[in-house]
Amino acid sequence: MNRYTILVYTENFIGILNRITIIFTRRGINIDALTASESRLDGIHKITIEVTVTEDQIVHLSKQIEKTVDVIKAYYFTDSEVVYQEIALYKLPIDSLDPGVEKVIRQFNAHIIAAEKEFVVIEFTGHKEDTRALLEILKPFNLLEFSRSGRVAIAKPKFSVQEYLNNQT
Amino acid sequence: MIRGADIVVKSLIAENAEYIFGYPGGAIMPVYDALYDYSDQIKHVLTRHEQGAIHAAQGYARVSGKVGVVLATSGPGATNLITGLADAQIDSTPLVCITGQVAAHLLGTDAFQETDVVGLSMPGTKWNIQVRSVEEIAPAIAKAFHIAMTGRPGPVLVDITKNAQVEFGEFNYVPCLRIRSYRPYVRIDQKVIDAAAELINTAERPYVLYGQGVVLAGAEEELKAFLDKTGIPAASTLLGSGALPQDHPSYVGKLGMHGNYAPNLLTNKCDVLIAVGMRFDDRVTGDLKRYAKQAKVVHLELDPSEIDKNVKCTVAVQGDCKTSLAMLTQAVQTNSHPEWMQKFRALENEEKEAVIANDLHGTHGGLHMGEVIHLINQFKEDDAILVTDVGQHQMIAWRYFDYKKTRTQVTSGGLGTMGFALPAALGAQLHDYKKQVICVVGDGGIQMTIQEFGTIMQTKAPVKVVLLNNNYLGMVRQWQQLFFDKRYSFTELENPDFIKIAEAYKIKAKKVTEREDLESSVAEMILHQGPYFLEVVVEKEDNVFPMIATGCSVEEVRLS
Repeated sequence: MNRYTILVYTENFIGILNRITIIFTRRGINIDALTASESRLDGIHKITIEVTVTEDQIVHLSKQIEKTVDVIKAYYFTDSEVVYQEIALYKLPIDSLDPGVEKVIRQFNAHIIAAEKEFVVIEFTGHKEDTRALLEILKPFNLLEFSRSGRVAIAKPKFSVQEYLNNQT
Repeated sequence: MIRGADIVVKSLIAENAEYIFGYPGGAIMPVYDALYDYSDQIKHVLTRHEQGAIHAAQGYARVSGKVGVVLATSGPGATNLITGLADAQIDSTPLVCITGQVAAHLLGTDAFQETDVVGLSMPGTKWNIQVRSVEEIAPAIAKAFHIAMTGRPGPVLVDITKNAQVEFGEFNYVPCLRIRSYRPYVRIDQKVIDAAAELINTAERPYVLYGQGVVLAGAEEELKAFLDKTGIPAASTLLGSGALPQDHPSYVGKLGMHGNYAPNLLTNKCDVLIAVGMRFDDRVTGDLKRYAKQAKVVHLELDPSEIDKNVKCTVAVQGDCKTSLAMLTQAVQTNSHPEWMQKFRALENEEKEAVIANDLHGTHGGLHMGEVIHLINQFKEDDAILVTDVGQHQMIAWRYFDYKKTRTQVTSGGLGTMGFALPAALGAQLHDYKKQVICVVGDGGIQMTIQEFGTIMQTKAPVKVVLLNNNYLGMVRQWQQLFFDKRYSFTELENPDFIKIAEAYKIKAKKVTEREDLESSVAEMILHQGPYFLEVVVEKEDNVFPMIATGCSVEEVRLS
């Protein structure tokens, strides 16, 4: 089993996300994380899916996704083939802020992005392993809440959805 | 400006739809109201259940090569289509289903007869869409027909809210010719063809497996030309039957769990396996770990997601097999394989002695299903269409029916939908009243959609229905006998008087229990002008052989 990132370029069509996720559900495969956003191209959406599967499975999944009528193209990559980040937010009570916390924030190069009377929110961006490490460190400081985004990714290998669209067969 | 409902009907007419199979209800009533004005341009068939409508549309689509059109209301009308959608999806049958939906402002409020049919049908459709305003109707229907029919065909559903049906809009039909995210065909690379030809030319024991893809691509002549030039033995899948006439010298039989002895056994003896328009279904391959491991595999397939899915291939020829077969025929050398072919013929004789002789020429005891099919062969036209349900009768009819023409095989293959045959036969018959449509069913399956006798009565479709009655859910019983210690758990049926039922629907009916009455009765049925129902009481505990049990290898095909 390997961790893969699938980048799916789709038309902006109601239900497209459902059509893609049921491909995983039907095969009993868990999606580790999923994010959807606009892409560089007007009107084309980009869905980033993180999944842990075998090589046979990732090939099969990508083909099934690409078979969906409103999917333009689906590419899959191993972790070493993508640049990726996840953003994490940590909510700490004001009274647990002490030099220990300050040290941790400095070490991780994290930021306090909100300060309220009762709590602060710390933001830290990195790979899952890093945001998880900070989570473990902050837990003893009465961490109130934790939230992490799905992966956003840019592929290293060169490909162009625009070129694909221009190239009519 | 015309109503949305008129736009629906005019769009269907613009797509040259000949028939609509449907059932009215609240949320689709405006479309039904519009249909009233167009009965000279498009025919509507009122079935007795929405499942009957969609199976009839499937039967129509399978024999005509055109899109089958279905019309149903929201809620239960739409959910009754689900089985047919799943069936059409797995068997690649082009359908456009139009369902009514509650008005847009009521969506998500649990309104009367509201159901999320787009959500429900998503896994069972090639594409679906909900239309909520009048201007979206014609483009959605145009897109639906394009998607249903092109590439690997499949069912499409268009859900139209009631407000869209009653709003007024302009009608200017523009057929959909391309969708930028959807590339159903690819250019075939000559290099790949050359690589495939190289494998085929150097093969000593090449073997062709063909499936419904040949029929869907209209590549029957191309397949024949390829086989004529190469002399390679060729076997058919369930849905491929008819793509090649069975008297063609290359034809060696049928594949799969209840296919023929030689084609299964020798799969593990060939050196190059050439699969054309087939998807290596588990009912064809048996245990994949022991399937054709010795062979190099050439796969001619339109759908890229089928390539390497079940069987890894050496050369993948992705594209329309009408084109790829023609290119391949150009590239290969003229050849013949008499010794290899002889191996098939020898095993064929073994099967004839061990199974077929008794199946077709019973002399004592109960009637065999095979005897009935054998007699049908004697009286049928070459282009007669065989429609079957699911179970023992389906396998026996498929094994023994003499397929001579393409698009004469209509059955529920991938999904195995009991109840499919009776409505599908009706749809097949409506495409051409002059053709013989023979519907072979079991006593289990016919009762799942027996209400469609009503539609046969109303349309006067001259379908010949042959009920092979063994008072059992026969295929399940066979498995119980072989694998569950003869524990016949809930498979024996207490059946009604089928003759009375058929006669109640004004269908001429006859029951045969004795061997000596069979031939004349089959002849009488085939020659009869209108619809005919023939019930044949067959041996209660007959089994279908050869058989590859679940989990076994194709080599372990057994004759008894």
